[in-house]
Amino acid sequence: MTEPVLSVRNLEVEFASRRGTLRAIDGVSFDIAKGEVLGVVGESGAGKSVTGLSVIGLIDPPGRIAGGEIHLGGLRIDNLPPEEMRRVRGKRIGMIFQDPLTSLNPLYKVGDQIVETIRTHLNLSEQAARRRAIELLAEVGIPAPDKRIDGYPHEFSGGMRQRVVIALAICAEPELIIADEPTTALDVSVQAQIISLIKRLGRDHGTAVMLVTHDMGVIAETSDRVAVMYAGRIAEIGPVQDVVQHPLHPYAKGLMGAIPTLAGEDKRLVQIPGSMPRLSAIPRGCSFNPRCAFAFDRCRIERPEPQPRGTQSVACHLYDDVPAESAA
Amino acid sequence: MLAFTLRRAIQAIGVMIAVGVIAFSMFRFAGDPVNQMVGMDTSGAERAAIRKSLGLDDPVIVQFGRYVGNAAQFKFGVSYQFRLPVSRLLMERMPATLELAICATIFAMVSGILMGVYSALRRDTWLAHFFQAVSLIGISLPTFLIGILLIYLFSVTLGWLPSFGRGEVVHIGWWTTGLLTLSGLKALIMPSITLGLFQMTLIMRLVRAEMLEVMRTDYIRFARARGLTTRAIHFGHALRNTLVPVITVAGLQFGSVIAFAIITETVFQWPGMGLLFVQAVQNVDIPIMAAYLMMVSLIFVTINLVVDILYTIVDPRLRSTVSRAH
Repeated sequence: MTEPVLSVRNLEVEFASRRGTLRAIDGVSFDIAKGEVLGVVGESGAGKSVTGLSVIGLIDPPGRIAGGEIHLGGLRIDNLPPEEMRRVRGKRIGMIFQDPLTSLNPLYKVGDQIVETIRTHLNLSEQAARRRAIELLAEVGIPAPDKRIDGYPHEFSGGMRQRVVIALAICAEPELIIADEPTTALDVSVQAQIISLIKRLGRDHGTAVMLVTHDMGVIAETSDRVAVMYAGRIAEIGPVQDVVQHPLHPYAKGLMGAIPTLAGEDKRLVQIPGSMPRLSAIPRGCSFNPRCAFAFDRCRIERPEPQPRGTQSVACHLYDDVPAESAA
Repeated sequence: MLAFTLRRAIQAIGVMIAVGVIAFSMFRFAGDPVNQMVGMDTSGAERAAIRKSLGLDDPVIVQFGRYVGNAAQFKFGVSYQFRLPVSRLLMERMPATLELAICATIFAMVSGILMGVYSALRRDTWLAHFFQAVSLIGISLPTFLIGILLIYLFSVTLGWLPSFGRGEVVHIGWWTTGLLTLSGLKALIMPSITLGLFQMTLIMRLVRAEMLEVMRTDYIRFARARGLTTRAIHFGHALRNTLVPVITVAGLQFGSVIAFAIITETVFQWPGMGLLFVQAVQNVDIPIMAAYLMMVSLIFVTINLVVDILYTIVDPRLRSTVSRAH
């Protein structure tokens, strides 16, 4: 296997608060290969967005990366000086945010914003950058791009604006795109278009994609692999088919059980009792143990480490001593 | 866009007519103008003759119509104390006030924006805290006190700057300017600072608050994610978005700068419209007071109109909602 585009090892992110240090991300490790889409799923506050922001180096104080390493194409980027990290952002990592309505500066034409970004990262003339901007707008599916380039953000619909945001994210041919809930703010009909656009761009350019969302449907449709996050840790990670059809972690099982099917067996959706712990009150041992139907003594004392199970990797004591065959 | 401008202009005319009513009624509530003009020993017949010659016997509505008609041609009658046309007095004094107000506003804008941007971007430096302290002083100290303190320091103690007047002025047509002579420029410094200090602190606080607000928005976060340079983010994106409300406030404040000039002009004996107005109040010179009221209102209304139009130029969103609405 070739070297992964993005490699995150034991990432820890802390937020200093008045009541002491809160650990938002606690020992997260994952890889994304060239052309691969990794879905990151979890409830609000599980640490999905913070993971994405720490990769691109945009964790705002009082938050900080407290430990671990992030490598992008072999280069360690979590400890780069600010100016060098700035050059990585937009150039080697593109980012798409949740709300396209507020991601663009309302006072500048979309074309100017694209040209500005292109010229920040690539050594192109004004005219060349503009030509490239028109190509990009065409590539993300904006009709009449040579006219629309001179439009202001408020003249675009939500879906069209998200396309502009995507054009901005890919304008310097990044190796990695981080998409943070890219479809959450959009109409369902537009969601599918945006998802297929991100998927197509990832495939055409060989870009690695980290897709953060709480929508399992989006993950199932788009991703090659999926990481299920819970309370700042990865509970389970593996190929999307395997995780969706044979989830190992009790939390992942709960999540998959909560997806409604059109096939319509007439049964109630599974509910996970309780809610995710606050960062200030993460229980000892496995953070999921108070909500877990299978929890036993060890879960309340010792924190489970990720362990491989076939194609998947799961952090759960249930699989500690069980041979792999009988696991699922 | 044209319809928008036109509608605003009509509103402005409405406001001016209302102000005209107020100015006009000043004449009727401040006693009999004939008494102000004549001596104790004037006979009743003579008073009646004057009254008739001034048209004071006509119905109120006719008098008002005449007043507005004259005011529209910048005829405000004759000053009781100077026996000169009010419009001529105002024209003589206006350049002084406008030069002072413009200098004060430029001072307030430039230093207010610089200090505001600095204290927003370097929030925890001692200089930012110092600016905050200065702004507190500027907001809480009354204008005349600042003027007197400046005079005490720079005129009386150090002897660097003149304590009153405009210095030497140069005539360009009917306009007189102090901007072309050294003594005129020196005389402008302290009154401009005194007059502009309050606006400066206002603008500084506004810029700081707006800038902090803008720096938290998604499009600034996204601009950072695009890898733009800090300079481009701060000055290209954040500052421009900050300036939208600042332009409105600074523009509207220009009107109050002219109005506030009354105090500054009194402290520095600045020969402008404000000083003329204060003298008029002391001598119950109603034509000047009424004309001053109309002039200041006209300036306010004009500025309002210009600011509204400027606003649509800076912010493209307004441009299209305006044109879409018509």
